[in-house]
Amino acid sequence: MSDTGMDLRELYQDIILDHGRHPRNFRALEHPTHLARGHNPLCGDRVTVYLTVEGDRITDVSFEGRGCAISTAAASLMTEVLKGKTVDEGRALFAQFHARVTGGEAGEPPDALQDDVDRLEPLTGVKAFPVRVKCATLPWHAFEAALKSGLGGETVKTE
Amino acid sequence: MAATPLRVPKAPSCGFDPRALRREFPIFATHPDLVFLDSGASAQKPRAVIDGIADFYRSDYANVHRGVYSLSARATDRFEEAREKARAFLNAADEREIVFLRGATEAINLVAQSWGPAQVKAGDEIVISDVEHHSNLVPWQMLCERAHARLVVAPADPTGEFDLAAFEALLSPRTRMAAVTHISNVTGTLLPIGRIVELAHARGAKVLVDGCQALPRMPVDVQALGCDFYVFSGHMAYGPTGTGVLYGRYDVLESMPPWQTGGGMITSVEYAHTEFLGPPHRFEAGTPDIAGAVGLGLALEFIESVGREAIAEHEQTLTGYALDQLSRIPDVQVARGGQHQLSIVSFNIDGVHPHDVGTVLDQHNVAVRVGHHCAQPLMEKLGVPGTVRASLGVYNDEADIDRLAKAVEACREMFVR
Repeated sequence: MSDTGMDLRELYQDIILDHGRHPRNFRALEHPTHLARGHNPLCGDRVTVYLTVEGDRITDVSFEGRGCAISTAAASLMTEVLKGKTVDEGRALFAQFHARVTGGEAGEPPDALQDDVDRLEPLTGVKAFPVRVKCATLPWHAFEAALKSGLGGETVKTE
Repeated sequence: MAATPLRVPKAPSCGFDPRALRREFPIFATHPDLVFLDSGASAQKPRAVIDGIADFYRSDYANVHRGVYSLSARATDRFEEAREKARAFLNAADEREIVFLRGATEAINLVAQSWGPAQVKAGDEIVISDVEHHSNLVPWQMLCERAHARLVVAPADPTGEFDLAAFEALLSPRTRMAAVTHISNVTGTLLPIGRIVELAHARGAKVLVDGCQALPRMPVDVQALGCDFYVFSGHMAYGPTGTGVLYGRYDVLESMPPWQTGGGMITSVEYAHTEFLGPPHRFEAGTPDIAGAVGLGLALEFIESVGREAIAEHEQTLTGYALDQLSRIPDVQVARGGQHQLSIVSFNIDGVHPHDVGTVLDQHNVAVRVGHHCAQPLMEKLGVPGTVRASLGVYNDEADIDRLAKAVEACREMFVR
């Protein structure tokens, strides 16, 4: 075993493998209000995140792209937790997720979001694999870029 | 002279012993369980190189050239001895044909930026192969953009073999340069450099060969190849990072203007005018990586002491073994490297991203490279986001390949059900 001292199954939990193989909401939205592309030039992963925002609520969210099991599962789980949330709740979830995969501080999540934070928990195994953290955060960066730029966004790049 | 004696016995061709060679590489003492299959990205360093550089700093170090004191003269001797070693290693005709640089990337950029502008005009063409590393693509692309010239890409055939007929058909009276790799860093394909040179020279074009992958693994004779330029990086040849060589035929180098300018490369400087030294010093502005060059010389000596024929034979056999072991595993697709594939094997597991494979293999202590290998257009052609690449060094043996195959099996079991 290598230096991480971590069991691979902590990274590749069944839920990750399942979402990696059978991603949910894996399609383009026909009339999104927001979309952004994410690209990790290091590994070539590409993701496009589509949002429909009505008022301050995310009523639909989907993604397309190709990437590793981690980034695909991260995007898939992201679409599941974001659907029906307000834009602010979506941003708060990203902050929680980001802190959990990078080992940063985000404080306690609001009660209303606790279930969703728990749903994303299986992905936090990447923390022990620093070179893979960006795989997990790429779709979230695209989500954030989409919120900022509506339909005219540039590609966000992580490397 | 405080050259570190090599501890590697001269390997008879029948007695090549990777396990014994492994002991010459301290990294494997630190990481005894490591299966290192990433020498194509950078080879590990033998003790002779590591200690030799330290000894040089301890015993012989000063700045080179123009020093009147004996220590500087000794350092200059060591530096120029390394140049002679590189000359002999490549069988170049003259030491002045050996330019020390930071690596192959810098060497190609030098040629593109010094040789290029005077020789490549609007409407001219530069031919590259479709298995080039970005470093033998982007400098030519930029030269073509500036000169309004055309970059022409010669394809490999479906078996992965360089297509000489297609290459010949792409040559024209406008072809100024053919820039090709000796061995592909992705598919391991050995390109027929001799024939490429004949065909290109017949059209009046120059030939630059990227020798990064070939140089540490097989005999290279630039005079027999007939190429105009041959470049390689020291760190892939068991030498230090930040070192490399540009070989250029003397008459061609002589015709080229300086690239970078400064100290160490002039004969006289006045405010109105500067006279430059001839090759190689014309292209070595500033204090060079002196210890790096010394280390590179020691690395070439190390390779020579093992024997380049012996290395080629060993790695050829091991490449065949790796291809065999990997293709037995269901769902594994190996990128085709043509009839002569040496030391590099790229593959994918159906439905599994190369990065996931890389992580799983790392957990089995098998170090491979995953991704696009600085060859994005080739990945596009292969229709994959990247590959998993295993590349060999003198320290690898069948047990390493068995470990690789076992880890690939484990990966497949995890992801493919």
